[in-house]
Amino acid sequence: MHLIEVKNLSFKYQGTNKFVLKNISLSVRNGEIVILAGPSGCGKTTLARTLTGLIPQFYKGEYSGNVLVCGYDAAKTPISDLASCIGYLFQNPDNQIIMDTVERDIAFSLEYRGFTREEMRNRITKILKTLGIEHLANRKIDTLSGGEKQLVALAGVLVMEPKMLLLDEVSAYLSPRSLKRLISIIKLLNKEYGTSIMLIDHRLDLFVKVADRVIIMYDGVIYQDGDPQTIFKNLINKKLGINIPTIVKIYERLYLRGIRIDKIPLDHIELADIIN
Amino acid sequence: MIIFDNVWFKYGDGDYILKNINITIKEGEITCILGDNGAGKTTLLKHINGLLKPTEGEVYVDELNTKEASISNLAKKVALVFQYPERMFFTESVWKEVEFALANFGFEEDIRVHQIRKVLNMFWLWEYKDRSPFTLSGGEQRRLAIAIALAWDPKYVVLDEPTAGQDGFQREILIDIIRNMVYREKTIILATHDIEFVFELPECRIIVLNKGEIIYDGSSVELFNNYPELLIEAGLEPPSLSKLIQTLRKEGKYVVFKNYDDAIDKIHNLIRGGECNK
Repeated sequence: MHLIEVKNLSFKYQGTNKFVLKNISLSVRNGEIVILAGPSGCGKTTLARTLTGLIPQFYKGEYSGNVLVCGYDAAKTPISDLASCIGYLFQNPDNQIIMDTVERDIAFSLEYRGFTREEMRNRITKILKTLGIEHLANRKIDTLSGGEKQLVALAGVLVMEPKMLLLDEVSAYLSPRSLKRLISIIKLLNKEYGTSIMLIDHRLDLFVKVADRVIIMYDGVIYQDGDPQTIFKNLINKKLGINIPTIVKIYERLYLRGIRIDKIPLDHIELADIIN
Repeated sequence: MIIFDNVWFKYGDGDYILKNINITIKEGEITCILGDNGAGKTTLLKHINGLLKPTEGEVYVDELNTKEASISNLAKKVALVFQYPERMFFTESVWKEVEFALANFGFEEDIRVHQIRKVLNMFWLWEYKDRSPFTLSGGEQRRLAIAIALAWDPKYVVLDEPTAGQDGFQREILIDIIRNMVYREKTIILATHDIEFVFELPECRIIVLNKGEIIYDGSSVELFNNYPELLIEAGLEPPSLSKLIQTLRKEGKYVVFKNYDDAIDKIHNLIRGGECNK
């Protein structure tokens, strides 16, 4: 079964006259790691909002087509029910954290869903351990650094044990060190728990090594959808405003000089192998 | 010229955030300050326009000692564009947003009109002059913030994390804007942890900050070719071409990349089996 199935989706925000999503169809399977990339304003965040039900339930507008999330119609299912299928991590953790201490914040959504105290305790302990932030459990939110806040917000999302984690432009707020940690968490979640991951980010260069699949949006439509090799081959010499990894850019330049390499190198090690 | 002379800084009784900072920035230079979050980059930048004063030591901007000069006198010389400057917009049009800054400095109307025209054109924002700044895309908003900072023609332009959250188009435009500003004899100081961006600005003088201390001050070519371990020490990821240099050297191929184009030439040669020229 597909985790996500979007069919012929179009959307236009209330009070505007331009469709932000234009007849989009796509599906995501269980256990996939997908990057959704595209220039600013291409509709990435809007698409994410339709997956979490925020559109059309919170943001109003003209909506047509179908979004199925774990088999539920995202337009009609309560947003809090969808959260156990898709966990949505916002760009800015300050918009996500609501309670005053780390533990209480993580407990919040469980409490709301009526979990028993014991179950809550178990889940919180487990998630703090997975993310390596046990030591933060009793800290006040306002004493945390930006990177720590992002991890706490992530814990609040993961404690619902969603089948898919949706990360919306989180790279903009993270230091290189925190980013490295996030990437290893993504790999762990995917491998140990089979969690699907969708990364909405124009920093393709940061995430391409972990992705099974890259989807490129451009001006409200799906412009490309495939594995990284195919996508980068198709993107040669196209100016789309996406941050292509430096090593892939080198490949492009060599390609334009007439050098043919079968497999596109995605990082320095692969390029060094080609040189040797 | 900007001079940091033995600068130490701490908030109240806290630990020192800046430790023994000595920097001289000459006119027309581009200086890139690299460091992890919490390394002291923003604290250092805020010393340049006098928002923060050293706990010990002095900061001079031309003839002004920031401890004595008024913030408004410093602001005429130094424009500081914060991280996420778009959060500070508040007027109803792009035009008015720029005009507000100029009116604040007491410029007459004809000069204001002239300057607004000039900077909006320079940053490809003229067509949006009547639009609300809140309806611009993230990249356009960032450009507007820099345009505003340049409107009163400051000599020094200080940019905090200019590429954060920006897409590929915007990053390329930013590189053009920075080069253009240097061409117009501005002095640029920028703080970032976006290493790939800095690699594309090889003319940058690089200062690496680690926990409030300068651990490197020199050319980007030198740093990326020979001292990538300093970046790792500072919690940063070396640029991928710097990692490629290290990998090739380990395998017995001694390469030096002077900049991006030079790297492509040399990789091209290596793949064709030619000798790599130093």
